[in-house]
Amino acid sequence: MLGVIRQRVTCRGIPTSTLEQGMRVVASRAFSSSAKEMTVREALNSALDEEMSADPRVFLMGEEVGEYQGAYKISKGLLEKYGPDRVVDTPITEAGFTGIGVGAAYYGLKPVIEFMTFNFSMQAIDHIINSAAKSNYMSAGQISVPIVFRGPNGAAAGVGAQHSQCYAAWYGSIPGLKVLAPYSSEDARGLLKAAIRDPDPVVFLENELLYGESFPISAETLDSSFSLPIGKAKIEREGKDVTITAFSKMVGYALQAAGILAKEGISAEVINLRSIRPLDRSTINASVRKTNRLVTVEEGFPQHGVGAEICASVLEDSFEYLDAPVERIAGADVPMPYAANLERMAVPQVEDIVRAAKRSCYRSSSLAATA
Amino acid sequence: MACSATAQIIQPLSINSARSVDNSDACTKTLSPSSFLGSTPRINKKLFAVNKSISPLARRPTTVFAVSSDVVKEKKLKSNSSLSNLLITKKEGLELYEDMYLGRAFEDMCAQMYYRGKMFGFVHLYNGQEAVSTGFIKLLKKEDYVVSTYRDHVHSLSKGVPAREVMSELFGKTTGCCRGQGGSMHMFSKEHNVLGGFAFIGEGIPVATGAAFTSKYKREVLKEDCDEVALAFFGDGTCNNGQFFECLNMAALWKLPIVFVVENNLWAIGMSHVRATSDPQIWKKGPAFGMPGIHVDGMDVLKVREVAKEAIDRARRGEGPTLVECETYRFRGHSLADPDELRDPAEKAHYATRDPITALKKYMAENKLVSEAELKAIDKKIDELVEDAVEFADKSPVPARSQLLENVFADPRGFGIGPNGKYRCEDPKFTEGTAQV
Repeated sequence: MLGVIRQRVTCRGIPTSTLEQGMRVVASRAFSSSAKEMTVREALNSALDEEMSADPRVFLMGEEVGEYQGAYKISKGLLEKYGPDRVVDTPITEAGFTGIGVGAAYYGLKPVIEFMTFNFSMQAIDHIINSAAKSNYMSAGQISVPIVFRGPNGAAAGVGAQHSQCYAAWYGSIPGLKVLAPYSSEDARGLLKAAIRDPDPVVFLENELLYGESFPISAETLDSSFSLPIGKAKIEREGKDVTITAFSKMVGYALQAAGILAKEGISAEVINLRSIRPLDRSTINASVRKTNRLVTVEEGFPQHGVGAEICASVLEDSFEYLDAPVERIAGADVPMPYAANLERMAVPQVEDIVRAAKRSCYRSSSLAATA
Repeated sequence: MACSATAQIIQPLSINSARSVDNSDACTKTLSPSSFLGSTPRINKKLFAVNKSISPLARRPTTVFAVSSDVVKEKKLKSNSSLSNLLITKKEGLELYEDMYLGRAFEDMCAQMYYRGKMFGFVHLYNGQEAVSTGFIKLLKKEDYVVSTYRDHVHSLSKGVPAREVMSELFGKTTGCCRGQGGSMHMFSKEHNVLGGFAFIGEGIPVATGAAFTSKYKREVLKEDCDEVALAFFGDGTCNNGQFFECLNMAALWKLPIVFVVENNLWAIGMSHVRATSDPQIWKKGPAFGMPGIHVDGMDVLKVREVAKEAIDRARRGEGPTLVECETYRFRGHSLADPDELRDPAEKAHYATRDPITALKKYMAENKLVSEAELKAIDKKIDELVEDAVEFADKSPVPARSQLLENVFADPRGFGIGPNGKYRCEDPKFTEGTAQV
């Protein structure tokens, strides 16, 4: 388990290099006074706070969520505000407390179960899938499970193979689960609120490295009844030459790649998936039909990944519209190495996305025709 | 005393080992501490004889110490003093008999239907263990929760799910309690608060603990008037699983209103309990976590009922969980596909003489509680009920093709709830463009 909380110094949403070793400066967490900016951590904290105050049936359960203020400080201040009955510190018993959450959800409470990282959810995956996801179906609609499983997912920095896996593809294949992956603070707030209000089990995949990043935020987002639809992707940047789909941290990389590509005359459309399940096939396909090229980006393992599913979906629905083979960027097909330089090679970087986009535009080889 | 449990609230009791094995007349004796029999000496020897490789165990003392909390012990001593007190009234007796006979008749009919091809897949029958289900569940209110394993037909029936619905579910018809979508191993009923029906052993225990958590939460946070109790039924094999211990810990830690009922039928498919467990006395695991651990003869519905009353009342009062180990036996194999070759026929014969239904009948006859005719009337009524259930299930339609994709989500098309509180897919503007604020 991670003993050290890491925060990153960021400026204006553009992350610094992810692999700085050694001491990290703990960024001041004061809410930015230049109005309308919020870190993802603040967004999640405020969303939890508002939902817990709106509905007394919502409670938070997990390791270190109470007195420690949250392993990544997401639940800071909630214990003082709501008391130990509603912010429950658990022993190290993922299977046990996840099952307890599911049992409580059967009876109309709305638990938010926090996993310190989603890697630990593997100890509880039986409950997430067999007793939460499948119950509404097995009981023919009698018993619904309004539970949220949340926590950081995917690679952090230098945490090794057992703490770095991305679970989007695993959970995304289960009927009966909704799987969300926010990127910005607006996503984090809106999707977490939607997840807590939702009557079905939701797996909410956050990203540890995004917690400290600030994003501009509009006034509507700060409203306590704000929420985003589950199952709808967002077009972060419009373009006409190539579609790049991504989720979670990779959206930031895709946006940077789009900036680089624009300088070279390639206009990339960046789609922030937001929802892995249900996957917004219509938005993806509409975009591909416009641009005729597709690059999928994800952090997880390539085989049976989210990119594979998007690729198949596009082939099924928009085959005639494709001008180039679909490019699939994913993490390396190895358990995450520890050494900094190897770790950098095992996770997609901005250059990889740029290269893939150029390949799909036939710009990468010397024989390529002009766009 | 060989009991080494850390006993803050537990007083170990030693058992008089001179009792006869054929204690089908055990019901007729009033309860006294010494009647808290678990395995008798002969049974222990029988088990050890079957597993000759476990030589260290053969040297253990062959009596089993039952342990009960102080309160239970005091109650027993009190009832000692008035030998004329019967344990049940006539009405209760008939209710218990009817419920156990329903369980037995239903399961026998299931076996018949399975061999005729009307039922399929995995079917796990409960014959022989009826005393545990009836003894516990008949003491519950409708709002109390029951969580079971794959051997859940009789738990559902005892809790009140109509036999017709259970039988239809087993036939895979749309009139079943889960519209045919759950099956034998996944009996759910919201109305009767049966929370399943889980195929993975140990999976139901945290779910039951969660239901107990809800009960406590409703009382303390939502300030509702709620004293509902959760019962978790599971077997001896489950007691080696990590989730069991995790939940014993948390239930005792948070004083949750739950009773953990171990149906120790000595066999986990073909794995004998003593071969799989370092310390086969499961009730001892309760005190290790700070809750009372009780061992009771699970073939005797009256004894089970006495212990159950105490444990359920304890939970209802908010004093926390209890672990009850019921020594019982399943007359049939693990499932209808199990050839059941590993169990010693002599062991099976022995337990057949301790059939809970016969035992109850004998008790009621000897104490002149009911007449033969009344019992026969119940038998007839239940047989007709079960026949009717089969006919109903037979005539019911199979699910329509469109039912395949239903019920995956509570929210009709899985797109969540919008800010106005309605399902998003019902909002006509939902499919317009990409998501904006």
